[in-house]
This record gives sequence, structure tokens and C-alpha cells, in this order.
Amino acid sequence: MSEAPRYHVPHSSPWPIVGSCALFVTAFGAVNFIHQTSEKIGAEGSFGKPIFYTGLAMIAFMFFGWFGTVIRESIRGMNSGLLDRSYRMSMAWFILSEVMFFAVFFGALFYARIISVPWLAGAGTNLETHLLLWPDFAETWPLFMTPSGDATQAMEAWGLPFINTVILVTSSVTVTFAHWALKKNQRILLGAWLGLTVALGATFLTLQVVEYIHAYTELGLSLGAGIYGSTFFMLTGFHGAHVTMGTIMLTVMLCRVLTGHFTSDNHFAFEATSWYWHFVDVIWLFLFTFVYWF
Amino acid sequence: MVARAEDVIPQRSALWAFITRWLLTTNHKDIGTLYLWLSFTLFFTAGAMAMAMRLELFEPGLQFIEPLFYNQMLTMHGLLMVFGVVMPGFVGLANWQIPLMIGAPDMALPRLNNFSFWILPFAFGLLISSLFMDGGAPNFGWTFYAPLSTTYGPPSTDFFILGVHMMGISSVLGAINIIVTIFNLRTPSMKLMDMPLFVWTWLITAFLLIMVMPVLAGAVTMMLTDRHFGTSFFSAAGGGDPLMFQHIFWFFGHPEVYILILPGFGIASQIIPTFARKKLFGYHSMVYATAAIAGLSFVVWGHHMFATGMPLATELFFMYATMLIAVPTGVKVFNWVATMWRGSMTFETPMLFAIGFVILFTIGGFSGLMLALVPADFQYHDTMFVVAHFHYVLYPGAIFGTMAAVYYWIPKWTGHMYDERLGKIHFWMAVIAVNLTFFPMHFTGLAGMPRRIVDYSLQFADFNMVSSIGAGILGLSQVLFLYIVVKTIRGGEKATTQVWEGADGLEWTVPSPAPRHTFETPPEFPPVMNRDADERTPVSTT
Ligand code: HEM
Ligand SMILES: [Cu+2]
Repeated sequence: MSEAPRYHVPHSSPWPIVGSCALFVTAFGAVNFIHQTSEKIGAEGSFGKPIFYTGLAMIAFMFFGWFGTVIRESIRGMNSGLLDRSYRMSMAWFILSEVMFFAVFFGALFYARIISVPWLAGAGTNLETHLLLWPDFAETWPLFMTPSGDATQAMEAWGLPFINTVILVTSSVTVTFAHWALKKNQRILLGAWLGLTVALGATFLTLQVVEYIHAYTELGLSLGAGIYGSTFFMLTGFHGAHVTMGTIMLTVMLCRVLTGHFTSDNHFAFEATSWYWHFVDVIWLFLFTFVYWF
Repeated sequence: MVARAEDVIPQRSALWAFITRWLLTTNHKDIGTLYLWLSFTLFFTAGAMAMAMRLELFEPGLQFIEPLFYNQMLTMHGLLMVFGVVMPGFVGLANWQIPLMIGAPDMALPRLNNFSFWILPFAFGLLISSLFMDGGAPNFGWTFYAPLSTTYGPPSTDFFILGVHMMGISSVLGAINIIVTIFNLRTPSMKLMDMPLFVWTWLITAFLLIMVMPVLAGAVTMMLTDRHFGTSFFSAAGGGDPLMFQHIFWFFGHPEVYILILPGFGIASQIIPTFARKKLFGYHSMVYATAAIAGLSFVVWGHHMFATGMPLATELFFMYATMLIAVPTGVKVFNWVATMWRGSMTFETPMLFAIGFVILFTIGGFSGLMLALVPADFQYHDTMFVVAHFHYVLYPGAIFGTMAAVYYWIPKWTGHMYDERLGKIHFWMAVIAVNLTFFPMHFTGLAGMPRRIVDYSLQFADFNMVSSIGAGILGLSQVLFLYIVVKTIRGGEKATTQVWEGADGLEWTVPSPAPRHTFETPPEFPPVMNRDADERTPVSTT
């Protein structure tokens, strides 16, 4: 063995167990929170809300602690190329799992559009079902009127959603420019492009909120407005949650850049964030196409 | 940079040291042990639930438990066995063995590894605690079909949902870790096509996990929003469809059943060559067959839904796709048998379990083929025949596979040989009892006894009594297994480095018990096996 690889065999660490406790507290609090607010179950006095927020705070604490440790190790030069490759592979596989998560909701969307809504309207061999259950139901997409009679209007694609598409695609470009700047060690440009990306992400989210308000107050489009509303809000909602996460990650990267972290050849965290950002962007393109446009 | 866990643990007291060692550990062997004990504990928990069911089914009529409670036992038994026993058991084996078998010092991301494990006790705590809640535990079967689980599910369903989310996080992170370990930490002289089959099958399993656990997460998320936030994914009144739930669930579910068996295939492929003292027959075809099975597993989910009235073309597609899986599976069975053909076989306990695996899993495979026939399945669906089928693939498949692995590798883990006589008794008890328990279910099922029902009509009485007696023996045999394991940990004949005369592979070059840290520098592959000497100085550890 001429050059033995430098393996990563870290100390025992408190962060994983903090993380699993945090997940537990969050999950436990979330259920009680939902039960408290649900007419069906009503679990007053179970302190769901404070427990849930405590759990979230614990998760944030875990991220700070855990990633803080990793960053310190990296800065002290304790990491090897081997570990870097492990991180890269892990992030790629993690993104694949996220893709599959979105795939389920897209699956639900296509199922509703291609199968369940036409079937309810009598397509294929389902005429009898149609006549027996909801003879007045007609097939449309977006589903303006559910079989049980909830009405909604459709969200227009070429207004805010289109602007948001432009914003998000632009932000994917700016984060790439930031990456190029980092590789050439142009710190000022790096900060500027990264800052712009964060700003674009925040704008996207703000417009998304505006759009939701519009949907709820003016269109009658809500989570409860039938399968169109369900798929619309679950897809855009989870996407929005991911953009929020991505924007937080980008902000952390920006702070780290400003404190002088990262070198032109050692900046995995930055790259992981930008992969994540591109992933969120690509998901949005699918969303725009199938949720808003067609 | 090699820092050791024991360097930093504050040595306040023995108890504190013990707690911190297991809570904070980043050592793959410790974490493997934790997984295995969790799996074992839940095995007895879920087993006790099975005993309660079989007790009630001993005779027709209602004797011991309420129908609603039966449903809860049924659901928790299924969920715990699948997510709490088989999966963590295999992950435990992966943790112990994969680094040893590919010459890696540990898993690629040791802290993440600890995280993956410690999520699980919390997740199962959440799930099991639902038994004590108002309205009782989930009672809709481990498949939690909507609307049983949405409109009609008890309040504890929401704890179940969040529990599933936590298990999913654990599985995905664990799978990522395993894949990265295999790709990145393998000793450089071991090529992909040199990898032991246990490693190969786990690599493919981990891929399946990453692909389908998020799908499960999506399914339970839709359940949650349907229950509390007014969405109508699974409600026809809003334009959704309860059948959509089944599609999503089984898109996860069928790859999931391969997650439950592929590592078992890997184990059989390690053990059979060792005790037949021959190389594995058809190594390459084994790898390709595993990959083919995994690929096909994504396009067969509809075979669980034949009776729902899918369009004819869809039914036919799923039927043929399912029957296609028999081809790579047949390749595997053929290869195992061909490996034994003219081998110098001996029948130590791991080999007995491996042979039991091959034969009984094949029976489960055949009943699966019967179920794959659309017209036949109209008759068999939701009968005890299905219960017989999946118990044949799960019990003598996944569970025997895990047990074979424990007997095979426990000398390496503990440094002691298990008690061979007791091991053989365990095997024969288990193999007889498994057949006694589950074989009659084929008959009752074909004769029309429905599954998931607490009572049955009189003509099924005899077979059910046989099943219940078998179940009792099976339960006892596992208590014996616990005793054997504990006994082996506490003492016994010293194991050599080689342990098994015919064994091959890197894990047999490290001393028994394997020291806390192994392969701190990458070993040479293939290793020089020294079968003659009882004890030898390992060349490749430091
Ligand atoms: C002592 C051993 C066992 C006995 C006696 C036993 C017995 C049973 C019984 C009576 C049922 C309910 C059948 C019905 O009414 O539909 C059942 C269901 C089930 N068992 Fe087992 N079982 C055993 C071991 C296992 C193992 C090892 C696994 C998995 C690895 C497993 C997985 C399942 C699953 C998935 C179900 C279906 C639950 C559902 O329909 O939701 N069982 N078992
Ligand atoms: Cu299946």
C-alpha cells in the first residue's frame, strides 16, 4: 500500500441521538397539534402546539450542532478526498429519494386526470357507476365541480406562476454563476451572485404566498376543493417547502461565504446546496407544465 | 485521522459509559448489534401478537379476544414483522458484515448510521403506544387501505402515520449509507464483480429502499391530509379514488417484499458454497438475476389488485409481468441447487437453515405463481391461501435467512461457537412447526376461508387447530433460539479465525471475535485463506 486512504472514523457523537429525540418530539407534537385543532378528535390540553414547536427547535439545534462539527472538522483539514466523495454520493442519492417523493404526488395528479375523473364521469366500463352515483358529474380538468358539488376556479398559468418560473430558472443560473466565481476564487462576485440567488428565492416564496391568498380568497381554490385543489396544493406546497429549505441553505452558504469559508477546491456544502437548488428548479418546471399549464 | 470512540467517552461510571457507548456510538459493529437486538425484541413482541391470534383461532367461535382487538393484533403483527423485524434485522447484518466483507474500516458515514438506528426505537415506541390509546391501535391491516384508514381509522392512525415517516427516514438514510459504503469504501483490489453476493443483494436492496420508501411516505402523507385537511385523494366524492391508494401502496409494496427477501438470497448464496465446499455456481447470473428481479418488481404491483376490477389489458399486463419474475427467481434456485450438486456437503446449522430457505421459499414462490394467474386469483384473493403464501416467503425466507446468517457469522461476532446440538434442535423444531402452522392454510384458503377474520365456519376447525399447535411450537422454538444466542455470547468453544473450513472471503481473515476496528488499511483481495491451520495471524488487519 503506497498511499493508504484516509478513512473517516469519527468520534462518538451526541448529535444523532439529539436528532432522533427531536424527530420524536416533533412527530408526537404534530399529531397532538392536529388532534387539538380537529373537530373530529379534539384532544384539548395535550399541549400539541408547544411540543411541536419545541421539536422543530430541537431539529434546528441538531442541524447547527451536527453541521457545525462537520464544518470544524473540514476547516481543520481533517477530511479527505474519500470522505468528500462519500458526501457527494450521499447527496445525489438523497436527491433521488426526494425525486421519488414528488413522483408520488405527480402520480396522484395523473391518476386523477387520466383515470379517476373520467371514470367517475362514466368512461370505459363505468357508465353504471356514473349513473348510479353522480349522474350530473361531468369530466373537466381543472375539476371545476367535484362529484359531491364543491366548486372552484382554475389557477391561471400565465400570471404569477409564469413569473415565478422565470424567477426560479434565473436563480438556477445565478447560483451557477456563483459557483463559477467560487471556483475562480472571485469572492466579491461569489457573494453578489449568491446574494441575488437568495433574493430570487425569497421573491419566489413571497409570490407563492400571494398566489395562495388569491386562490383561497378569490378562486375558491383550497385544499378542500376536490382533487384539483388537493393535487395543486400538495404539489406546490411541498415544492414551496423545498424552496424554503433551499433558501435557508443558500442563506447559510451566504453567511459562510461572508465569514470566509470555502476555498476554490473545497466547498462541498456549497455544491450540495446548488444541486438541491437545481433539483427544486427542475421539479418546478414539471409543476408548471402539468399543474398550471396543461 | 483515526479517532476512536473509546478515546472520548467520559469515564464517569460504568453505567454512564455503557449508556454513552450505545447511544453515541459510531462503530458499525455496535450499531449492527443494536439493530439486531431491536429486531429480535420486536420479533418476540410481534410473535406474541401472532400467538394471541392463533389462540383465538384454535377453535371456531369467540373465546379469548374481541374482534376489534383481533384486528389490532393483526395490524400490529404485520407492521412490526415487516418494518420492525425483517428490515432492521437485515440492516443489522449489513452493518456488521458489509464493511467486513468489502474490507472497509466502517460505514461511510458513521454518525448518520447511528442516527438511522436511533430513529427506530422512537418510531416503534410511537407505533406500539397506539395500543394504549383511546380507540385502540390501527386496525385496518398492515396494508392500511383507504377508506378504512382514512374515514374509519381510529385517532391513533395519526401516530402510526408519523411513525411510518420516521421509519422511512431511517430506512432511506440507512440505504444511502450502505450504497455509499459499497461504492466508495470497498478495498481497491475488489472489483464490483468480485463482491460477495450478500453485498450485491444489499446494494440492490438499498436501491429499492431509496426508490420506494419515499413513495410510502407520500401515501401516508395523503392519508394524513385526507383525514384532517380536507383533501380528497382517496375520496371519490372529491374526484379522487380509494383505489388510487392501493396503486400507490402496492407500488411501494411489491418492491418492499423484495426488500424483505433479497438480502436473504444473498445470505443463502454465501452459506451454501461454504458448506458444499464449492464455488457458487453461476455467480454472474446470480447478480443479473437479482437486478432483474429488482427491476421487474416495479411493474408488477397490480397483481395485488386483480380483484378490484382493473381493465382487462391491465390485468393481463400485470399477470405476465409477474410470471416473468419467476424466470430470474428460477435461475437463483437452480444455481443454489447446482452449487450443492456433487459438493462435499456437511450440515451445520447455518447450512440447514439455508437449505430450509431454498426449499420452503420455493414453495412460497410456487403459490405466488398460482396467485399471479388472474382467473385463479379471483378465487384465492383475500383467503388464507394468501396468508400461507406470504408466510412461506417471509418465515422460511426472510426469517430463516436471518437466522442462518446469525448462526453463520455469530462465531465471528462473539468469538464463540454456538451449541451445534441445540442449533440443530432449533432448526428441526422450527422447520417442522413452520410447515405445521402454515401448510394447512393452503387448504383452508382454497376451500374458501377468508383471511383477517377472527372466526371461521366449522369445516375449517381441524386445519386451524393444527395451525395453532404448530404456531405454539414455532414460538417455543424461537425462545430456544434466544437461549442459544445468549449462551453463545456468554461463552462456548473458541472460534478460529477461519471458523468454517469451506468459508471464503475477507470477513474470515480477521480474528474472532472481530476486533472493534478492522481493516484500517485496505486489505488485498482475494485474501489468502488458510484453511489448514486452526489459528493464523491475519495478514490484512492492523
Ligand atoms: C409464529 C409465527 C407466525 C404466526 C403464527 C403468524 C400468524 C399470522 C396470522 C394468524 C395472521 C393473520 C391472518 C389473517 O387473519 O388474515 C398473520 C398475518 C400476517 N403476518 Fe404472520 N405469523 C407469524 C410470523 C410472521 C412473520 C415472520 C412475518 C413477516 C416476516 C409475518 C407477516 C405477516 C403479515 C405481513 C401479515 C398480514 C397482516 C395483514 O393482513 O395486515 N408473520 N400472521
Ligand atoms: Cu406483490
